[in-house]
Amino acid sequence: MRIPVSWLTENLTFPEPRSPEEIAEALTGVGHQVGEVRRIGPVSGPVVVGLVVEVEELTGFKKPIRYCKVEVDEDRVQPIVCGATNFTEGDLVVVALPGAVLPGGFAISARKTYGRLSEGMICSAAELGLGDDQGGILVLPNGIASPGDDATESVLGLDDAVLEMEITADRGYALSVRGLGRDLACALDLPVHDLVAAVDVPPAEGDVWPVEVVDERGCRRFTARRVIGVDPTAPTPWWIRRRLMLAGVRSISLPVDITNYVMLETGQPLHAFDAAKLRGKLVVRRAEAGETLSTLDGVERSLDTGDLIICDDTGPISLAGTMGGASTEVGPRTTDILLEAANWEPSSIARTARRHRLPSEASRRFERGVDPAVTAAALERAAKLLDTYGDGHIHPGRTDVGDPVLPAPMTMPIDLPDRVAGVNYARGVTARRLGQIGCGIEVGTSEDGVPVVTATPPSWRPDLLRPADLAEEVLRLEGYHTIPSTLPPAPPGHGLTRAQRMRRAASRALAEAGYVEVLPFPFVAETVWDDFGLDEDDVRRRTVRVLNPLEADHAQLATTLLPGLLDTLRRNVARGHRDLALFHIGQVTRPGPDRAPVPEVSVTARPTDAELAALAASLPAQPAHVGAVLAGNREVPGWWGAGREASWADAVQAAKTVARAYGVELIVAAAGLAPWHPGRCAELRVGEQLVGHAGELHPRVVDTLGLPKRTCAMELDLDLLPLTEHRPAPPISPYPPVLLDVALVVDSHVPAETVADALRQGGGDLLEDARLFDVYTGAQVGPGKRSLAYALRFRAPDRTLTVEDAVVARDAAVAAAADRCGATLRG
Amino acid sequence: MSAANDPYDPKQVAALSPDVLGAAVERASEEFAGAVDLDTLSATKPAHLGDKSALLVARREIGALPPAARAEAGKRVNQAQQEIRAAFDARRAQLEAERAERVLREETVDVTLPFDRVGKGARHPVTTLAERISDVFIGMGYEIAEGPELEAEWFTLDALNFRKDHAADAIRDGFHVAPEGCGLVLRTHTSPVQIRVLLERDLPVYVVCPGRTYRTDALDATHSPVFHQVEGLVVDKGITMAHLKGTLDAFARAMFGEDSRTRLRPSFFPFTEPSAEVDVWFAEREGGAGWVEWGGCGMVDPNVLRACGIDPETHSGFAFGMGIERTLQFRNAIADMRDMVEGDVRFTVPFGTEA
Repeated sequence: MRIPVSWLTENLTFPEPRSPEEIAEALTGVGHQVGEVRRIGPVSGPVVVGLVVEVEELTGFKKPIRYCKVEVDEDRVQPIVCGATNFTEGDLVVVALPGAVLPGGFAISARKTYGRLSEGMICSAAELGLGDDQGGILVLPNGIASPGDDATESVLGLDDAVLEMEITADRGYALSVRGLGRDLACALDLPVHDLVAAVDVPPAEGDVWPVEVVDERGCRRFTARRVIGVDPTAPTPWWIRRRLMLAGVRSISLPVDITNYVMLETGQPLHAFDAAKLRGKLVVRRAEAGETLSTLDGVERSLDTGDLIICDDTGPISLAGTMGGASTEVGPRTTDILLEAANWEPSSIARTARRHRLPSEASRRFERGVDPAVTAAALERAAKLLDTYGDGHIHPGRTDVGDPVLPAPMTMPIDLPDRVAGVNYARGVTARRLGQIGCGIEVGTSEDGVPVVTATPPSWRPDLLRPADLAEEVLRLEGYHTIPSTLPPAPPGHGLTRAQRMRRAASRALAEAGYVEVLPFPFVAETVWDDFGLDEDDVRRRTVRVLNPLEADHAQLATTLLPGLLDTLRRNVARGHRDLALFHIGQVTRPGPDRAPVPEVSVTARPTDAELAALAASLPAQPAHVGAVLAGNREVPGWWGAGREASWADAVQAAKTVARAYGVELIVAAAGLAPWHPGRCAELRVGEQLVGHAGELHPRVVDTLGLPKRTCAMELDLDLLPLTEHRPAPPISPYPPVLLDVALVVDSHVPAETVADALRQGGGDLLEDARLFDVYTGAQVGPGKRSLAYALRFRAPDRTLTVEDAVVARDAAVAAAADRCGATLRG
Repeated sequence: MSAANDPYDPKQVAALSPDVLGAAVERASEEFAGAVDLDTLSATKPAHLGDKSALLVARREIGALPPAARAEAGKRVNQAQQEIRAAFDARRAQLEAERAERVLREETVDVTLPFDRVGKGARHPVTTLAERISDVFIGMGYEIAEGPELEAEWFTLDALNFRKDHAADAIRDGFHVAPEGCGLVLRTHTSPVQIRVLLERDLPVYVVCPGRTYRTDALDATHSPVFHQVEGLVVDKGITMAHLKGTLDAFARAMFGEDSRTRLRPSFFPFTEPSAEVDVWFAEREGGAGWVEWGGCGMVDPNVLRACGIDPETHSGFAFGMGIERTLQFRNAIADMRDMVEGDVRFTVPFGTEA
């Protein structure tokens, strides 16, 4: 909401002048954020009122150009060239004479243009810094000033500023000069002036129009007043136009301008019907299925059965609280006006505005709550303005239907604000502040002797429902800056959980190993699973779909981190990076085959255990995963020699790096899972539990996705890694080892890991370490075979091991390998 | 050449004269000094210290001397031999030192040669900043709580005192998931974790909840549909807004230096009452020290406590939340949000592994 400072402060008495910036600061201090303080102008030099006495249309130019004679003083006519066409001879305009400087440092001088001498400029509202350009230059109402009058102060009021207000959604009352002005008075401790209370609402002589409210829940009050014999050509007075202009509201016609003006002033949205176009009784009800309404914006709308509407005998004529209908619109021949001010149920209006994508000034206010007590006063104000400026007369009747519920009194300990704030407020502060915002106040003592205050919130504060709301008012008006800074006595905490520490360790370990962390979005395309070559029944195809994705073709929540990682890899490659190692730790969404419905759970008390269990069951599993992808060189070539391309082994190693950070041992075995290469895919287990996969991607996947050749990847479910506390205390023997090497020939398909396991088991306690140091295939071992060479280290815990003893243990190890893997010693 | 059994010949005994011995010492010393390397030095050794050296020849003559002269002659020969040996050793030590020095010189390398065989890794600054924030609060006795990103609306909205169809409370920027109306939403803030914590833990509760959040904002220089927040929650007996202020000030000092502090501006959130916007004083702000919008906060609304089965008469609490990307943006003067989400390694690598 934009509001000129002069309007906001019109009824406030300042002991000392306050700048617009100080006023903005005061408003911000009580919770009304000021987005911008826009000072009008500055304008210097001669800017005067001019009378257009002669207009000559120049021809031969690309756009219409007018050569005007403008009277700028009693006997001084100024020639001015002007490009606007929205004025005629006899109009009053604003003229910047040579020597004037307009906002933005725009200096005016006499100059030759379009072949004529132009001595000044006829100004638009925007050029004067008053508001948006509304289709040409600013034409002033006739009679408000004489040619030659200084235009800056008396006419334009350029010594002013506009506040761009950001009103929070709970404070509907502040969307008005009335409400915001009151809070400004509270903030600065000025006497409060209620401009609504100042309106004299005379008793009416009967109903002015028959009205039936069918939906009393939706329409809490419906008030109507009628002004007859309005001059349809009457212009809007300049002071109203100026204020609307500064508030960013376009001037349309006197009746419409008045309804807008009174809305900005009182917060009560009004609607003006052309009474001559109304047919019979007005009925307020919900729309019926199939009903339609053409709204003021020219759109034919299908109504929903939830929409509140106003009807006459012809059917719907207005979308309540949101936008009026075209059929009863006030037009250029309207003389008989029925003014309506109603109070609508907020959530109904909110739904209607959202359903029809029709956020209007009216709906914005009704959604946030409008003072139900103000309808008659607002109508009276509007009717009087129409009477005064439209030359009409007010019909003596008034229709006023409905009996809105007003805020109820509530009692709270008088020191509640102190206890919320942690401040000892001075005696009387709570009662004074609550009184200041309009509450009826009674201070007393409760039955158990506690000093209490009973406050009845004013009709315009439907947001004050609980003692906590009252406490907030006191804190807000006393100012948050008066609240001291104290640390609470926190209890001793337990530090990070093991899972949190391990996740950090894994992240750090991967980074130290040369991986760069990325955080791709979890939205993936449905086609990615086919690109990955997943089986039809692969669980990773079972996704949760986003209903309102930002990119229509990326609507699935990822079940694996790989699509995001590979996307990021590809983006980096496209930007010229070749050697890449990326990782991501994040949640994936893995819905089960059947999704339990989300239960309805109340919020008035703690849910039952059964309700909590049902809530938990309705959520898909969202385990934390870690994924990594590699492409290009894992080790780059350099002065030290050749580089080394990233391979399946690096992917497995990355998984092992994570496992090591968790203090667990991964068991590696051959597997064939998409999107990996069927011969270069490892499944990774901890004990019996499968925890992930690693290896080189399938060449077809690499091709389809446009990835670098031999891109590798790994992914682990971190939630499946055991978090058992690992407390090793390895015995360290001080005795020397015996080092023996063995080369074993096995069938090529026997995994090295199996052979090593057999050696370890056969070697017994004396075998301290078995390290694979060479793998050989070739003529010497024959086809289908390979030789695995292990360096074995034997050591006894309690003595210097003899070579003879070590050889016995080695033979046992080899025997075990022979037995379990068919290994033979390489001769 | 004489032999022990040769008859005494005074002429030959001249070999034992001090002059002759002195000359032998001098000759040896000169020759040793002239040896340019250890090999040459070794080659000269037999001539001066070997079996056929002048000295050993002279020593054999001692027997031919009258007994009275033998002792003195022996002493002279020994002395000369010691001098020659000392000269040899000194020269050898010198040559060895020179050789050692030369070897070191020859082994000199260019230590500036780069050796980045494996590319530099790094952790994302969003991760490390979230950890650093967590650590600040761990240091104050807090614990770290987490929750799911796809969340029941009950946790995300209802229990947080969002009222359906209320203008003030409508979350219009959430990602909803199929089927329509299923009651699940990608969490728009980390606040549902507050509810989980209050339902799951014993009081008092002092937690921070870092995590990933979602809103339907298109990606641009200052918005991302996927971003991160860190949320703080305290529920205990006698918690006041002064405690909130103190905690935020301590947090600001830990993050932005001892002269930092916070300022609260009244605002509105459904789940806190009173509510405030938090500004932080940032000395290194781009364009000069000043207040920067940092996040939101407030006293936990009694309705939130009630929905979690906590009596607002006995317990009160505060909550606050900040955007991690937003904090990074102003702290590091990162102009474009997109750099933080696109995953270009050039952005992330300079951040290293810790914040």
